[in-house]
Formats: sequence, structure tokens, C-alpha cells
Amino acid sequence: MQKTKQRLLTGNKAIAEAIRLEMERDPNVFVMGEDVGVYGGIFGATEGLFQQFGPERVIDTPISETAFIGAAIGAAAEGMRPIVELMFVDFFGVCMDQIYNHMAKIPYMSGGRVKLPIVLMTAVGGGYSDAAQHSQTLYATFAHLPGMKVVAPSTPYDLKGMMISAIRDDNPVVFMYHKTLQGLGWMDQLDASVGHVPEEAYTVPIGKAKVVREGTDITIVGIQMTTHHVLEAAKKLEQHGIQAEVIDLRSLVPLDRETILQSIKKTHRLLVVDEDYLSYGMTAEIAAIAAEEGLYDLDAPVRRLAVPDVPIPYSRPLEQFVLPNADKIFHEAMKLVNE
Amino acid sequence: MFDQNELRFEMVQLLDENGNGDEQELASFSDEFLVTLYRWMRKVRVIDERLLKMQRQGRIGTYAPFSGQEAAQIGSVLALRKDDWIFPSYREIAACLAHGLPLAQIFQYVRGRVMGRKMPEDLNIFPTQIIIGAQTLHATGCAWATKLKGETQVSVCYFGDGATSEGDFHEALNFASVYQVPVIFFCQNNHYAISVPVHKQTASRTIAQKALAYGMKGVLVDGNDALAVYKTMKQAVEAARNGEGPMLIEALTYRLGPHTTADDPTKYRNAEEVEQWKRKKDPLHRLRVLLEKRGLWTEEQEEAWVAQVNEEVTEAYEEATANETGSIVDVFDYVYGKPSKLLQEQQQEVARRKQRKEVR
Repeated sequence: MQKTKQRLLTGNKAIAEAIRLEMERDPNVFVMGEDVGVYGGIFGATEGLFQQFGPERVIDTPISETAFIGAAIGAAAEGMRPIVELMFVDFFGVCMDQIYNHMAKIPYMSGGRVKLPIVLMTAVGGGYSDAAQHSQTLYATFAHLPGMKVVAPSTPYDLKGMMISAIRDDNPVVFMYHKTLQGLGWMDQLDASVGHVPEEAYTVPIGKAKVVREGTDITIVGIQMTTHHVLEAAKKLEQHGIQAEVIDLRSLVPLDRETILQSIKKTHRLLVVDEDYLSYGMTAEIAAIAAEEGLYDLDAPVRRLAVPDVPIPYSRPLEQFVLPNADKIFHEAMKLVNE
Repeated sequence: MFDQNELRFEMVQLLDENGNGDEQELASFSDEFLVTLYRWMRKVRVIDERLLKMQRQGRIGTYAPFSGQEAAQIGSVLALRKDDWIFPSYREIAACLAHGLPLAQIFQYVRGRVMGRKMPEDLNIFPTQIIIGAQTLHATGCAWATKLKGETQVSVCYFGDGATSEGDFHEALNFASVYQVPVIFFCQNNHYAISVPVHKQTASRTIAQKALAYGMKGVLVDGNDALAVYKTMKQAVEAARNGEGPMLIEALTYRLGPHTTADDPTKYRNAEEVEQWKRKKDPLHRLRVLLEKRGLWTEEQEEAWVAQVNEEVTEAYEEATANETGSIVDVFDYVYGKPSKLLQEQQQEVARRKQRKEVR
């Protein structure tokens, strides 16, 4: 048997490599944001880029999110392909007008004349006691607004491949990466934050979910961090004789409805897990799709597991209480298969 | 200590309200240029009046008239190169026309046609911005891109006094100055943001002085003096093109009409004030006086020109409305470069319902 050579990278290095390759390929690609230069990004997503490309193409900006996202719009309209980093997705509040009234709508409002190939890269997720204004995912907040693509990859392989897809896309793409999956030394070390990443440039399509584990008894949909929790729960379910099919959503917009509907045709049960708030969220959207298009395939009502409708707490026990984990997923799944 | 009361604020003016000015200065403008400038200003005044009437007749949607601001808009645009970028707000129809936007397209735009919102490919005019002040950042980014690419276009951003209270304006000035990009922030201080007078908008004695805080040059110019505007803009654009960075220009002017066709200005300003600006400070009047003094313009020419423009307006309106095609299913176009599967399905569903005559 031929041994596959594994080239292991952390999440942050996978993203930085994708950007580096695209910057080498296309002189119109450049990066800007707070601390993306010398420092390499607070979560390492631009590590090493400043050293290679210099301050003209890897630009440390003033603390001025509205300014650099607005400027990215103007630059993109003039033919550039900016990658901008919103340091924490939680900071969207200070710049949302530029995101949803301009980046998302100008292509439409210009009758297609203005293309805005922008990647808005942003760090999401909690689990490390960073409190209510630094721990949200806000997947649904962005996915709700027409005009942008929204992705949230969960492995180093997908982070690189989807970042390259995002940079080459002619539409604005919100690229969300999970802090805990960046593989940074100062955070909890997770196996999932390291993975095989080929050296060359490759793309992973935007808008395509991935069945990461096949099963017959229940479909569990996760995204980004929750995908890893779901996989862990699936192992435990297997010990109880339950074969869970696990879907990693990867993209929120466009949403791959087919993969979900195909899976529930097979398993007849659906559990959706999200690290975003429960109400009006991704879990609600997928439950609605299942109800509209797959109701007769279901043997039991859809179950949802997400963050209750409260801000993410600073206190570690309280935070751990609100975030989904493998145990909670296991228990929800057990309840569902026994219904 | 910095005290604005100790700063000197001089307003650039070449032509006073009565059409007088420094002879040597005025001599630097050719006859041909003066006539072109006046023709444009007279033309857009007619267009503005016609559009206002058409809105009252229900032929176009909500409209934001610009009468009173012709010198600021035409004077500034004529100082630009054809390939320079302009970033208009909703009150800059005059500037757009002078930069090359066809009149028929204006009609398509104000009638809400899909193609009305699509700027022609060869024109560097950004889509008209409705959100107050947001385009200051787009202009900054565009200027930055031209700088990165080693191109020589300048980006000119139009906005009003109200926009200077928005965060976007301040972030844009800071950003543009830090990176020394070739952008001109052209503020038409027309004294009112809907009903709020400029002195309630800011405690600064001028808007131009705000440039200082960002390490940028600021200029106050008589916005009803087309020659002063032209000269100031020319200098600003040349400096930006030479790599000297951004500039803030405050053009002091006055909106003679309502904010839009949806408000009543008599509720927030008195007739005397408006009359003062109309009678004494009209930007067209002083230029016409100068033209007449040079023997370049007569009442007959005026009448003929107005008649010609009126005809042009009628023709453009007819051209724009002659073949108004389009369908409700168009609403799904251009959300993304290529429509997503979901949008395609939604569009097909509407098309089916349209075929069954469930929707019009």
C-alpha cells in the first residue's frame, strides 16, 4: 500500500498560504486590516505575508473598520481584489453599513456594472472566555443578507481551498474562520486545528457541503467548530449502535440543500447543530428546508441544538454551558433516534 | 493652544455677486470656456426644473433637485480629466451630466429602469450613493487602487454639509491622508441637511478647517462662483495627480429648492432667506453678467439655448420611455455575478406564476 505523504499545517498557516499563493499569482490581490502586517494577524491568518510582499500589499490600517471595508469597495471597483480582515466578527457593528448596504448591494444597484471581488475575512467563535463582544459566530447575521457569499470552513484543507475560491470569486465573500481551529499556541490545542494541506494551489467549491461521515440512522448537520463536536459525538453514538451521518455545511451562502435532503432521505432523522444563536439562525433555516422539501422523509420532528438566546458569557462554566459540545449532541441524538 | 477663533478663514472668490472681479484674474479665462461653462449651468438648471415638474406630474419617482448648486457642480467637474472618477450622491445629476452621463439615462434612472442604474462602461462614475457620506470611503479606496496600479486618475467625492457629521466622512479623511491617496473631498455646503441648518450640524466655523485635523489641506471657496470653484478644483486635482495627496474643498452654496420632492422647505426656512439667495447670489446671474460684459451672450441667445435644451429634454425623455421593456422576473438579476441555484429557482417560480397570470 502506498503511504500518503502528510503535509501538516495549522488552520492559520493554511489560510496564509492560500493568500500568499494568490498574491504571487495575481498582482491585484492585496490584504489590509488591523495588525495584519508585521504582526501577521491577531489569529495568524496573514502570517509571513508582510515579510514577503511588504507594506504596499499587506497594509496595516488605522482602527477604522468602516474605512478599510469602504476603501476595499472603491479599490475593488477599480479592478483590485482586496482581502480585508475584520479582526473579530463581533466588530461588525461599527462597519455594517459598508458591508450590507454597499459591499452586498452595489453590484445589484449598478445593474451588474460594478463587480466587487472582495474577501471579508473575519474571526469567529468562542470557548476561550473572551466574553460577549469577542465570542460570537454571527453566521446567520451575514447569511441573511443577499449579495454576499458566506463560508465557514472547518479543516485546514478546506480553509486553504475555500480561501483560494473566495479570492478568485467575482462576488464579495465573507470568509469566517474559527479562532480555535487556527492552531494557535495560546489557545486550547485541538487535533482538528491541524491537518493535511497540499503545497500547491487548489480550490474547494463554495456552496458545497461535505458528508464527513456516512451513516444510516440519523443526519447531524454541523458547521465549522460544531462539525468536530458532531464527529466526536458520532463516535460515541456508534458505541451505542447508532450510525450517524455527519454533514459539514462549509458554506452558508449558497446553502447546499441537496446534500441535506439526500441524507435525510436515507436516515429519516435530522439534528442541526450551530454555535450561533438559536432563534432565526442557521438551524432554523435548515429545519425549514427539511419541513418544506423533506417532511415526508422524516420519521420524527427536526431537533436543533444551538446557543440559547443569550450573549456569550465571560465565566468559563457559563460559557461552556451555552456552547454546543459532543456530550450535548450525543444526548440530543439519542433522544431523537428513540422518538 | 489651537483656537478656531484665531484662525483666518479666507473664501476663494473670483467673481462677486454682481459679476465683478479682479480683471487680470478674469482675463485668464477664455471666451470659449466661459460660454461653455455658462451653457452647462443654464442647461442643468432647465433640466432640474423639468425633472421637478415631471415628478409633480407623476412621471418620475422621488427627486432631489440641485438648483442653486450649478456653479459648484459644473465648475468642479469641468476641471477634471475625462477618465477621473466621480462619486456622486443623489443631488449630483448636474455633475454626472457634465462628466458625460447621457440625459436619457437620467430619465431611465428616475423612472426606476434596471438599465438606468448601470453606468456606461466608458464612464468613470460610481453608482449614485443614497446613504449619507458612505461614498467618501469608496472614493478613497478607488484613489488608493489607482495609486497602487500606478495610474493617474484622481477620484472626486461629492457630498453635502450633513455628511460631514457622519463617521464615514471622518474615517475617509483620516484614511486618505494617512495613505496620501489622490482623492478630492468636495463638500457642497448648501446650508441644510433636509431641515437642519449647518450651524446645528457642526460647531466648526467652517467645514474646510476640518481638514487640518487630518493633516490635509482644506479650502473654502464661494460655491456659487463657478470660476472660483473651477480654479480651486483644478489646483486640487493637479496636486493630487502629482502625488501631493488628498484635499478637502468646501464650496459654500445654497439649495434653492426642497431637499427632495418629499419635503416642504417652507417649514424650516423663511421665504426672505431663500429670496436673498435667489435674487442676490444666484450662480447663473453673476456669470451671465460677465458674459454680457464681454459681449458673449444676449437675451436672444439665452432664449434660443433654453428652447434647445427643453427640446433635448423632451427628446431624451421620449428616447428613455419609448421602449420600456422589462419584467417582474428581472428583480432577481445581478444579485450575484452568476445567479445562485436558489435565486434561479425563485426566478423560475416567478416566471411560471407570471405565465399562469398569477403575477403581472
